[in-house]
Amino acid sequence: MTLLSELWLVTAKDLRIEARSRVTLAQVLPFGLIVLILFAFALDPDRGLLPKVAPGLFWVAVLLAALLAVSRAFSIEQANSARDGLRLSGLDAGAMFLGKALAVALQLLALEVVLGLGVVLFYDLTPKAAEVLVPAAVAATLGLAAAGTLYGVLAAGLRVRETLLPLLLLPVLAPVMLGATRAFEAGLGLNGSAGEAWPWVELLALFAVIYTTLGFLAFGPLLEEA
Amino acid sequence: MPLVVRLRSAVCLLGRFPALAGVDLDVGEGEIVLLSGPNGAGKTTLLRVLAGLLPVHAGTAEVLGHDLTVDRRSHRRELSLVGHDTFCYDDLTVAENLRFAARAAGRDGGASEGAMVRLGLERQRDVTHARLSAGQRRRLALAVALAREPRLLLLDEPHAGLDAEGREVLDGVLRAAPSEGRTVLVASHELDRARALARREVAVVAGQVTGLAAAAVDAGVAPAPAVTVEALP
Repeated sequence: MTLLSELWLVTAKDLRIEARSRVTLAQVLPFGLIVLILFAFALDPDRGLLPKVAPGLFWVAVLLAALLAVSRAFSIEQANSARDGLRLSGLDAGAMFLGKALAVALQLLALEVVLGLGVVLFYDLTPKAAEVLVPAAVAATLGLAAAGTLYGVLAAGLRVRETLLPLLLLPVLAPVMLGATRAFEAGLGLNGSAGEAWPWVELLALFAVIYTTLGFLAFGPLLEEA
Repeated sequence: MPLVVRLRSAVCLLGRFPALAGVDLDVGEGEIVLLSGPNGAGKTTLLRVLAGLLPVHAGTAEVLGHDLTVDRRSHRRELSLVGHDTFCYDDLTVAENLRFAARAAGRDGGASEGAMVRLGLERQRDVTHARLSAGQRRRLALAVALAREPRLLLLDEPHAGLDAEGREVLDGVLRAAPSEGRTVLVASHELDRARALARREVAVVAGQVTGLAAAAVDAGVAPAPAVTVEALP
């Protein structure tokens, strides 16, 4: 089997489990929407503040939802010692990492589409400059998924993984939060022009490349030690 | 007979406790070896070491020609372990769990279908693991192991949880293993049943394997004699 076919085997397995269990659809997505609505309540749409801070609130909601998605990606490996089955499968560890990260990324992208619609609806924001927003969202999502999968396996074997994962992951994801928010602000014309978003998109892409490389190399040893 | 397993003074520590305390063991190709011994003796640890799930901290360990002290991952595609858990996904069906395991080991869909039929799980093919009974889950774990078409089959209490029919199916799988080019190590407390299938028995006592020099008995000619040596301090 090639790396690509092994990667897709893991991605398809995780997505099939998600399609059947519907945790993202029934729990993570409503959670993200509730976060958006709570921000709307807290900041009061009448004051005109919400459209200005919408990019930051959107990415906070995505970040919190990403924590749940990553946690879920590894909790399915805990039941019935499926993690040992995965270790014994003979699949390349790098392919396992890429496969799990891709499954998380695809779920997050779907989630971002719905949350984006929520922002338009609740925060009275007009979407524009898709040529900037889409690459920024894709780069940020890949970074979130790669770093999340790496730290997810790190915490997987621990009894306190549910509480430890956010503690480990949130500081690491600060550059994604910053870069994605700034890119969206520029793309939406809230802070500078659309052209000013590209350095932030490059930062997001760099983050994604670094954590994908780290995860590809470290996933195997971390899975063995988890 | 080429060796599939060769351990010399192999030590495995669980924390600071020596779960395996200097094990010597040779297993030849096509052999069925019974691991007997009391609870906590180290049978499960030994199987997990052979599968590469636990490290060898001292001594030498070669499995399927791979030195486990150097690399305990590359031989895994050629073996299957049936442990206390099923290693399956609750939200995947019987067919999906089998297909995933077979494809991960580089086998085609025929291998997973064949294993499903062999373990009598055709009627449950579209049932998720979470909805299977305990006995059906046990059958699925065995089917997953066979779908990988392993050269080395490691079985930890495989009869536990199976009904009478399931036990007969399992015994048939074990009897056929040598002719299918498969080597089997089976840890069991059901000694009468397992002895009738094994060519050789080694006792695991206090993290040490005894009976290494026990003569192999040809399968089908006579049940293997049990060889037990007192645990070393």
